[in-house]
Amino acid sequence: MSKLPAHASDTSAPILSVNNIEVIYDHVILVLKGVSLDVPKGGIVALLGANGAGKTTTLKAISNLLHAERGEVTKGAIIFKGDEVQAQSPNELVRRGCIQVMEGRHCFGHLSVEDNLLTGSYTRRDGKAAIRDDLDMVYQYFPRLKERRTSQAGYTSGGEQQMTAIGRALMSKPEMILLDEPSMGLAPQLVEEIFEIVRQLNEDQGVSFLLAEQNTNIALRYAKYGYILESGRVVLDGDAADLRENEDVKEFYLGVSGEGRKSFRDVKHYKRRKRWLA
Amino acid sequence: MDFLHSILIKPFADMVAAPDFLMQVLWEGLVSGVLYALIALGFVLIYKSSRIFNFAQGIMVVFAALTLVGLHEKGVHALLAVPLTLLVMLMLAVAIERVVLRPLVNQPDIILFMATIGITLFLIGFGELIFGGENKVMITEQLLIPTGSYTFEPFGGFLLIEQKDLTAVIGAIALVLILLLFLNRSKMGRAIRALGDDHQAALSVGISLSTIWVLVWFIAGVIALATGIVWGARAGVSFALDVIAYKALPVLMLGGLESVTGAIVGGLAIGILEKLFELYWGQPLLGGNTETWFAFVFALVILLFRPQGLFGEKIIERI
Repeated sequence: MSKLPAHASDTSAPILSVNNIEVIYDHVILVLKGVSLDVPKGGIVALLGANGAGKTTTLKAISNLLHAERGEVTKGAIIFKGDEVQAQSPNELVRRGCIQVMEGRHCFGHLSVEDNLLTGSYTRRDGKAAIRDDLDMVYQYFPRLKERRTSQAGYTSGGEQQMTAIGRALMSKPEMILLDEPSMGLAPQLVEEIFEIVRQLNEDQGVSFLLAEQNTNIALRYAKYGYILESGRVVLDGDAADLRENEDVKEFYLGVSGEGRKSFRDVKHYKRRKRWLA
Repeated sequence: MDFLHSILIKPFADMVAAPDFLMQVLWEGLVSGVLYALIALGFVLIYKSSRIFNFAQGIMVVFAALTLVGLHEKGVHALLAVPLTLLVMLMLAVAIERVVLRPLVNQPDIILFMATIGITLFLIGFGELIFGGENKVMITEQLLIPTGSYTFEPFGGFLLIEQKDLTAVIGAIALVLILLLFLNRSKMGRAIRALGDDHQAALSVGISLSTIWVLVWFIAGVIALATGIVWGARAGVSFALDVIAYKALPVLMLGGLESVTGAIVGGLAIGILEKLFELYWGQPLLGGNTETWFAFVFALVILLFRPQGLFGEKIIERI
């Protein structure tokens, strides 16, 4: 994979900007009620929030996969590299460098690990040699995948599947990866490993990341900026370092309040002090 | 005892007594078997990539054969008519994707199934309108398919192999091998398999549904033409030709709708078993004509014991 041009680290120009979008499923269910966010070129941005807050929907709106689930962006606009996303098919978006790694890995279970990786190169037109090179690069990042290249992906472990899914996305030569819940169902050590690779990819290849996570703690350690979603709205955003220190974030998402950690006995009676929006 | 003897012992005694006849039966079975396998493959590819059970596969066989013969009647050279027919099948695939599949994407399976019945009815009407409804003769000789026959004398007996059957078997096997190679080695084939595994994920890596759908329907069209030529050469080209597609149904039940191997093995097994059953059990004991139902009963019995079919794709479940 080629290095990005020098201005990759220039954080002023967003590669992706989401402006006040509203998403409705099945014409009736309003899921996103005005979400706005920016991902700078070469940045890592975390999208945080509890179950059902709208993280996955936001990512799918960006990669234009909502249509397959009868969802629709009814208001607002999503701009990727200067062009409106809604007018492009997922296929075009991947070709232009924006790819999603879906929640729950979604590997092709009956295909070998290597075939899984190669499906990622579907949209590429730059020849077999370049694809081979990138395959080797993916194997460098994930040596474990090289050992398991011929096994059916369905029989590999959860961590290996997550690596396969990320590797597969890498094979498309992306400029931006939408990473949905990479920590899901993985052992803490593996989660750390995966995030470490995200950081490397960001630094070496200049890939921008938008990652949706419930694991606020780790996401804020690796991201540079964070948005917190609640019931389809952005309720808080800021630099990751600031968010980590924010009292409300600490209490609601990091599990520590101003008075330090609660004991389990207290947790039983623990009530939210306030809601973000009430 | 007589009854048991006639079921369990006599047929096998007959097989041993006249091995040349047995070989002839096996050969005939193999010929229909490869055709069943080919047709079943057409079903499997479409089902795997779009979860559509393609009711129109049978009529596509008729339509392809009619187009080929029709073009030849209009004065096109037979060898030129083949690529032209393929072009027509490609246009048909594009039209089906545009007009039928694309607007119905994300609808329940049964609606798409109904849509393929619609395609069937349309193709019947359209075919009749253009080529007329009367039976035609397949242009076997014009396609340079040899029509002679070889005779052998194994075990001092007599074995007759028609050259057009031999051509059919070789052609079908070649087509199946090419398809397998395409599925397992090429980028598009990989995309078809990926789509069969996980629709959403396939979309997310940028695999284009429309392209794949056109492709699998075109492959189904190619298969239809190949079957149409072979079956048409044996039975004439008429709208009754679509029954061959229904003979592929028990193959699918047996092999599993998602399994390429299943389609091939199931097709061969049913082709051979139904011939064996007809000649050694059916004719002496049941008055013959068992080929019309044997495959279905056989599939039913197998399904009693293996509901996912013999080769139904193994569901990978991690615990």
